[in-house]
Amino acid sequence: MTLFEEVAPSGPPSDIPTTRVELRVNGETRAAQIEPRLLLAHLIRNGFKLTGTHTGCDTTNCGACTVLYDGQPVKSCTMFAVQANGHDVTTVEGLASSEQLHPIQEGFKDEHGLQCGFCTPGMMLSAVALLNENPNPTEDEVRWALSGNLCRCTGYQNIVKAVLWAAEKMRGDA
Amino acid sequence: MALDEIKIGGLGASRRRVEDNRFIRGKGNYVDDVVLPGMLHMEILRSPLAHAKIKSIDTSAAYAIPGVRMVMTGEMMAARNLAWMPTLSYDTQAVLATDKVRFQGQEVACVIADDPYIAKDGCEAIVVDYEPLPPIVNPTQAMAADAPLIRDDKIGQDNNVIFDWAVGDREGTDRAFAEADLVSEISMHYPRSHPSPIESCGSLADYDRSTSKLTVYMTTQAPHIVRAAVSLVAEIPEHMIRIISPDLGGGFGNKVPVYPGYVMSILASILLEAPVKWIEDKSGNLISTGFGRDVYLKGQLAVRNDGKILAVRMHTDSDHGAFFADAQPSKFKIGLMHSAFACYDIPSAHLTARGVYTNKSPGGVAYRCSFRVTEAMFFQERMVQAAADDLGMDQAEFRRVNLVKDDDFPKRTPFGFLTDSGQYEKCLQIGLDAIGYDDFKKEKEEAKARGRLLGIGISTMTEPLGAGNSREYDILGIKMFDSAELRVHMTGKAILRTGAKTQGQGHETTWAQIVAHELGIPAEDIVVEEGDTDTAPFGMGTYASRSTPVAGAAVSMVSRKIRAKARKIAAHLLEVSDEDIEWELGRFYVRGAHDRGVTIQDCAMAAYSNVPDGMEPGLENNAYYDPPNLTWPFACYIATVEVDPETGVWDVLRLVAVDDCGVRINPMIVEGQIMGGLTEAYAMANMQFITFDEDGNCVGSNYMDYLLPTAWETPGFELHEVVTPCPHHPIGAKGIGECATVGGPAAFVNAVIDALKGTGVRNIDMPLLPDRVYEALQTGKDISGHPPVKTD
Amino acid sequence: MYPSRFNYEAPTSVEAAIALLTEGDGEAKVLAGGQSLIPMMKLRFASPATLIDINNIPGLDSHGADADGTYRIGALVRHADLEKSTTLPDHLPLIASAAHLVADPIVRTRGTFVGSVCHADPQGDWASCMVALGGSIVAQGPNGKRSVEVKDFVAGPFQTVLAHNEIAIEAVIPAAKGTRAGGYLKLERRVGDFATAGVGLALDMSGSTVNNAGIGLTGVGAQTINAEAAAAALIGSSLEADAVENAARLAAEASNPRSDHRGSADFKRHIIATFVKRLASNVQRAEAQVA
Repeated sequence: MTLFEEVAPSGPPSDIPTTRVELRVNGETRAAQIEPRLLLAHLIRNGFKLTGTHTGCDTTNCGACTVLYDGQPVKSCTMFAVQANGHDVTTVEGLASSEQLHPIQEGFKDEHGLQCGFCTPGMMLSAVALLNENPNPTEDEVRWALSGNLCRCTGYQNIVKAVLWAAEKMRGDA
Repeated sequence: MALDEIKIGGLGASRRRVEDNRFIRGKGNYVDDVVLPGMLHMEILRSPLAHAKIKSIDTSAAYAIPGVRMVMTGEMMAARNLAWMPTLSYDTQAVLATDKVRFQGQEVACVIADDPYIAKDGCEAIVVDYEPLPPIVNPTQAMAADAPLIRDDKIGQDNNVIFDWAVGDREGTDRAFAEADLVSEISMHYPRSHPSPIESCGSLADYDRSTSKLTVYMTTQAPHIVRAAVSLVAEIPEHMIRIISPDLGGGFGNKVPVYPGYVMSILASILLEAPVKWIEDKSGNLISTGFGRDVYLKGQLAVRNDGKILAVRMHTDSDHGAFFADAQPSKFKIGLMHSAFACYDIPSAHLTARGVYTNKSPGGVAYRCSFRVTEAMFFQERMVQAAADDLGMDQAEFRRVNLVKDDDFPKRTPFGFLTDSGQYEKCLQIGLDAIGYDDFKKEKEEAKARGRLLGIGISTMTEPLGAGNSREYDILGIKMFDSAELRVHMTGKAILRTGAKTQGQGHETTWAQIVAHELGIPAEDIVVEEGDTDTAPFGMGTYASRSTPVAGAAVSMVSRKIRAKARKIAAHLLEVSDEDIEWELGRFYVRGAHDRGVTIQDCAMAAYSNVPDGMEPGLENNAYYDPPNLTWPFACYIATVEVDPETGVWDVLRLVAVDDCGVRINPMIVEGQIMGGLTEAYAMANMQFITFDEDGNCVGSNYMDYLLPTAWETPGFELHEVVTPCPHHPIGAKGIGECATVGGPAAFVNAVIDALKGTGVRNIDMPLLPDRVYEALQTGKDISGHPPVKTD
Repeated sequence: MYPSRFNYEAPTSVEAAIALLTEGDGEAKVLAGGQSLIPMMKLRFASPATLIDINNIPGLDSHGADADGTYRIGALVRHADLEKSTTLPDHLPLIASAAHLVADPIVRTRGTFVGSVCHADPQGDWASCMVALGGSIVAQGPNGKRSVEVKDFVAGPFQTVLAHNEIAIEAVIPAAKGTRAGGYLKLERRVGDFATAGVGLALDMSGSTVNNAGIGLTGVGAQTINAEAAAAALIGSSLEADAVENAARLAAEASNPRSDHRGSADFKRHIIATFVKRLASNVQRAEAQVA
């Protein structure tokens, strides 16, 4: 296995160059020895076992792999893991503390903003990035901000409601 | 005191979903999340050509790559009698091509390696020598006298026709047409589409030589069917096969068939004695797996001047790709196409259907529909609008004249199905009132005077959901019933398992609500499990909106069996005879002494500690449910649109949906299903389709060309309801998951055609892309959209 | 989904990056935002031997106007930086109106303006804007810098005149001859779709008179099209109906679209003409509001 040393039974073929990366994932420093061609999404999923980040397409369209990279939403299937060296990554697993859900998570549950759950992590992280910049978005602003994330189940209406629900809670209006 | 049903999460509670607790934390468990020790990875090499002889395959360079463990080709599969496998429609499908490739994207070889990157390197290193053959991309080409034979592998197949099929009353229909004041005719193509769940297909096969047991984690909507199929194909005893369908990232019919990739990963695991994971990429999913639609219609309505429809005539030509692999009840070659016009009172009808092979991917799955009813209802509602326009009658009034009346039930449909309930006119009226029908028609005329094009489109339909009854509905002879198994533990908590398989519908939440309704056990005390064939009872799986009608009914019935036993225990505990026991939600009491009672939880404890003499201890049971009929939800969808005459772009102004799916178990989830369905309807009407060029290249094999709408384009939806309980379902529920996808497209298309009224345009094939709408406006002619796509 | 192997380099200066490119001898590629390159690598349409990641080079991530009005956009300025800029609409209304139409919101946080121009996709939005604005790309190589106008920079579909050891370090847009006006329109079927057709219109105005004009066309030829004759038809006009009509016709004639699943060639030409008219009319409406 050349992708990630810790899970390699025999180690990479010796002539394949690997690189050590160190990044902060959900607030914790994680290190890995990786091949440069490893996509960030695969390091997160297979290396760090954070399987809440999903991959849904090959063409940078679906947004299921969205994570926050230094606070900005990026499609983690469209970055090489080696690029993340020294950077900060937040995945869906980093949204809740052990006791407390993030308001966006509560909103998605309360407003039935998910069905199969596959797009949900990416959708929520895009929403969090929006709410961090714009605590009081309009429906159109929410729809625009989420237009890089595809959902096949919900028709988006409840996702929009979920984000507005979370916005209200985060502002403390509720 | 009887419990408050809503408080315990029973019937009618918009209970928040149990499964969300893991999904919102990123703790779902999809196939690609499953990791087994020593796991290898498989990637598939696909054909770049639509039709070609395979002259040779050279795998030596792939084998030379460090980390490549095995390369499989058709030749290897053939040596094990696995090069071909049966389809769900009594045909065969190549697992890996041996003689020739028959569609672009067909599986040609696969590489198993230490990681998927190396497996992909291996695929790239394989050299295949092809000799191109002329490709066929539509039925006209397929039926041409000099058409190349696609299925030269099949003995006795000397042309490209798969079936010629007919249903209905030909003579009666002919007579009615002879008497008609007007014959309204329209032709159209329902384009090829793809269910495209965001999660593609995949499997993780793990054959354990020491136990001879094969465990396969798989993206399947029908795990038990897969178990049977794998047993038959791979000749592994059925009890030695365990199929686990974990969380599914959507299905929509795409995950019903058995795909070559599953079979390859299983064989690879057996040969390599290691777990082998195959996760299909999106291109592979779109280019090779079960598509929907691709049907050409010629439809005629015989109409009287007062608007009464006297008869229907339909002919369909359907394009099934290179292998006839439709997933549908085996008796019906074009699915339930003959459910068309079920909501209308029409004396006679006749349908002829021809299916052909083409050099396109196989499928014809029930993409968010009950076996071709999406095509049936779309054709129906487009034909109805065309006839209303031809007659010069208002489209709402035309429907009103022909809809089945409330007191006409039970009623035979034009093609012979039996509908049993509905309030069709009431639904239509609610929709018309909600949209402000008459006001909009005025607004439309005013706008037209100022050069703006507004349109309104209606779609009314009832569709058959919940196959089947086992007399008529089977797949390869397996009857289409379903099952549930309920175990109540001694503390009154319970586990429920069914043979269905949730993929976003929320079974973990709603099945518990049915049990809560039947037994008064709070929903939160019931855990629901599905998808593991070693633990779940046999079932036909989840598709065609059949879970609530069939498995959901089984949940009710097993709960009632439990209640019957609990009643005996209650009588024993209360020291009275069974006949003196009364039931209220969650509690038995002595007739005439309401305060003398025991709860269902008391009975559960007694079942394990204090049963009457002669009674088996324990409180568990199962139920197999064979529905007496299909369920018939009704829907009315009304869309208003504005068309930009300069660009052909159209925007949805409003979409009103009135759904009657009988009793709603969880209204929140029902509405979620409707909105999701409407979005796919909008997508198909507006942007989503797969087409082919004259070389057989698939256009739409990735998300850059196959467009799913985003939150930005998707319109808002206004939902309304009518509740007509299903007379034969234990709790009066009907299917709902697919109604909006089935009935929705016609509302959008009818609205755009309505906006173009007066130009002479009667039809534009979906999707109504800006260029098609613009060209229609310019030429005043119908626009055909069938492949091959025009390129230069 | 799984790119081929490559060597990865992350230099911290432009000079070091150029040295690595020289060493790569044509087999190395620059990685900036990667939002076009990485998808192509995942599909193995591109398999460079070496990737030279310039994201760690300081000083390339700013954009702004010089004292003389020249506008500079560094090689690491992301689409989202431009989209969110509060000052950009005054300087470059065309760029500001196109910024939120590039790809989708997530891709915009990562993809770069200069990288998009260098990708030279005929369906790319930025090259059309640059052509309309008469902008240039500054390329730096072993022998120093040179500036190439974008109309000459794009050499064909996915091809530029960059030498194998040159890096595009910034985009430069010359100062306006008057007040800047204009905008960008594209027909896309949904967010993130490639353009069926797109038009960028850049105008330098004195009052209602057009001093200078540029029109770039997206998705209607084998490369970005500089509709020079159409733009010339607007110069000196006050966007009167016949001048605009003329420019629209000339722009449609300059386009060279092909029929495909997004629409027929005729339809795309019609959209080009329609958008030229709409953009001109938007400018007039804005003028009227100011006046």
